[in-house]
Amino acid sequence: MTLDRWIALILLGLCCAYGYAAWFTMDDGLAPFMRRNPIWPSTFPKILSILGIVASGIILFGLEKNEQKIGDIDYRRLGDYHIWQAIGLLGLMVVYAICLRPLGFLGATFGFLFLGSTILGERKWVVMTIVSAIAAGVVWYLVSQVLGIYMRPLPSLLGG
Amino acid sequence: MLEGLLIGLQTALSVQMLAMVIGGCLIGTFIGMLPGLGPMSIIAIMIPVAISLGDPAAALILLAGVYYGAIFGGSTSSILLNAPGVAGTVATSFDGYPMAKQGKAGKALTIAAIASFCGGTIGAILLMIFAPMLSSVALLFHSAEYFALMVVGLSAIAAFAGTGQVAKAFMMTTLGLIMATVGEGTLFSLPRFTMGIMDLQTGFGFITLAMAMFALPEALFLVLRPPSTSANSDGEIKDLRITRQEARAIAPVIGRQSIQGFFIGVLPGAGATIASFLGYAVERNIATKDEQDQFGKGSIKGLAAPETANNAACTGSFVPLLTLGIPGSGTTAILLGALIALNVSPGPRLMIDEPQIFWSVIISMYIGNLVLLILNLPLIPYIAKILSVPRNYLIPFIMFFTLMGAYIGQNNATELLILVGFGICATALKFADYPLAPLLIGFILGGMLEDNFARSMQLYDGISFIWERPMTLGLLSIAVFLIVLPSYRAHRARARRAGIADGD
Repeated sequence: MTLDRWIALILLGLCCAYGYAAWFTMDDGLAPFMRRNPIWPSTFPKILSILGIVASGIILFGLEKNEQKIGDIDYRRLGDYHIWQAIGLLGLMVVYAICLRPLGFLGATFGFLFLGSTILGERKWVVMTIVSAIAAGVVWYLVSQVLGIYMRPLPSLLGG
Repeated sequence: MLEGLLIGLQTALSVQMLAMVIGGCLIGTFIGMLPGLGPMSIIAIMIPVAISLGDPAAALILLAGVYYGAIFGGSTSSILLNAPGVAGTVATSFDGYPMAKQGKAGKALTIAAIASFCGGTIGAILLMIFAPMLSSVALLFHSAEYFALMVVGLSAIAAFAGTGQVAKAFMMTTLGLIMATVGEGTLFSLPRFTMGIMDLQTGFGFITLAMAMFALPEALFLVLRPPSTSANSDGEIKDLRITRQEARAIAPVIGRQSIQGFFIGVLPGAGATIASFLGYAVERNIATKDEQDQFGKGSIKGLAAPETANNAACTGSFVPLLTLGIPGSGTTAILLGALIALNVSPGPRLMIDEPQIFWSVIISMYIGNLVLLILNLPLIPYIAKILSVPRNYLIPFIMFFTLMGAYIGQNNATELLILVGFGICATALKFADYPLAPLLIGFILGGMLEDNFARSMQLYDGISFIWERPMTLGLLSIAVFLIVLPSYRAHRARARRAGIADGD
């Protein structure tokens, strides 16, 4: 089964779960006066669940014929691309999200930019350090001082 | 109209607004030039900055400037590197890149800039004529018609998705609508589908979703497969002048494609990409035999046609946004989201209630096009230096700005985790060739669609509004027709290929 049909299968499951919630559970707690309304909070989701199930069914069962075309990247040959770099950067983004508050903006951003370049294969340590440090400082200044959006610059331990 | 124009001029010619246009165009050109980054990603990244300005007119002018700049920047990378940053400039590379290879990169860039300027300017004039007309018609619409109109818009986006893609685009639109129902709706004040998670109480963040759908997958694609930037990237760009003869040759092309591109841009779902390809095809077909042979080998007409058409289409796409409040493309959907975040509801009343926004945006289009021509073009040799920034430094920066966009909007680190999660899903969808723009358009229109549907249901005590209001019935019939027709035509084409006669 091709990837688009696997995804259609997942979406079908999602629409079924959504539809189940809309058709069978959502209206339980509805106030009596709302029941007299022609529209309930579940009305629109009920329609959407049917549309979603129909559309995902069409893709899953291949009712709309389409030629298999390979886009910019052929997912069947992911090993030929820089897949580990992409995974590494995604992991780094997660780490950045977790560390942003405890490490403070400056430290977390410096680390993200420095390690991001490292993951991509850059080894000019001095240039990387300078670029990351300047970028972190400039962005922090622009966001907090110019745009007026507060971002804790230093780790919480240092009272930043 | 004259009064509106004066209001627009007064607003758009202030120092702040001029700075917004110039800044937006320059930023758009800079980032749009990077292969792989389209205007949707750039606008998504710029939204937090625009919203923090606080002034809706300034925000829209900045984002519109970024939009034109990105399209222009995309053309530049198409011409110099054969690496279009935007789908709408792919056709530009057909003749632009061969010209650059022949050492006429400067001339190609000038033609692209002039064609873009004329396409954008003529498009803006047409917008000025047609938007008020459409607005006055739209004032007659009730919620039932609005609901039906949005359904038409969403159906058209699915219908224009291409052969074999209708179901996928339809699925993505539905998924966007489903995602819009998560959280506390304005109509019922009841949390829906939050699964008890507090962070979902207010629904999914629009900026986070926009970043996850466009900026992050594009950045990941850049990591996975670096674009080949072999030729001409370091080549000197010189001789920006074109001859009188060349100007005379491209003038009719520009005239035709400005009008054609504009009207294609107005259609929901069509946009700059279709306009540019169609423009190229039309000009090739009507060219003389000798000129036809030149297409694909560095024809100036082949370069001017898609460049004019894509800019006119960009301007055209503002018509449904400004007059009906319905975005026809992913980019205008993001602009709509930004406007809603600034408490402005685009629609037929925008011209009456907030004329300064409406008209200043139109005036800024002229100024934006002028800025691109007189400021960006001479600066192109310098701006093009960004193409030599090593990918190892560039990609972490793109990812960092994506993270920042989501973080600044909500000031919540959980939003970053949602961004990464959605970004991975969006990349998988992109691998499987699912279009992502319909999802975002569905998400943005979802709330409005449900509100108008609920209001109509309440007014008519049920779904009788569908057959009691002829215009609603007509519009919904068009929507069904739009969805069914491409599938029917594809089915008929297959049957014909299989040797079965019509009517069998």
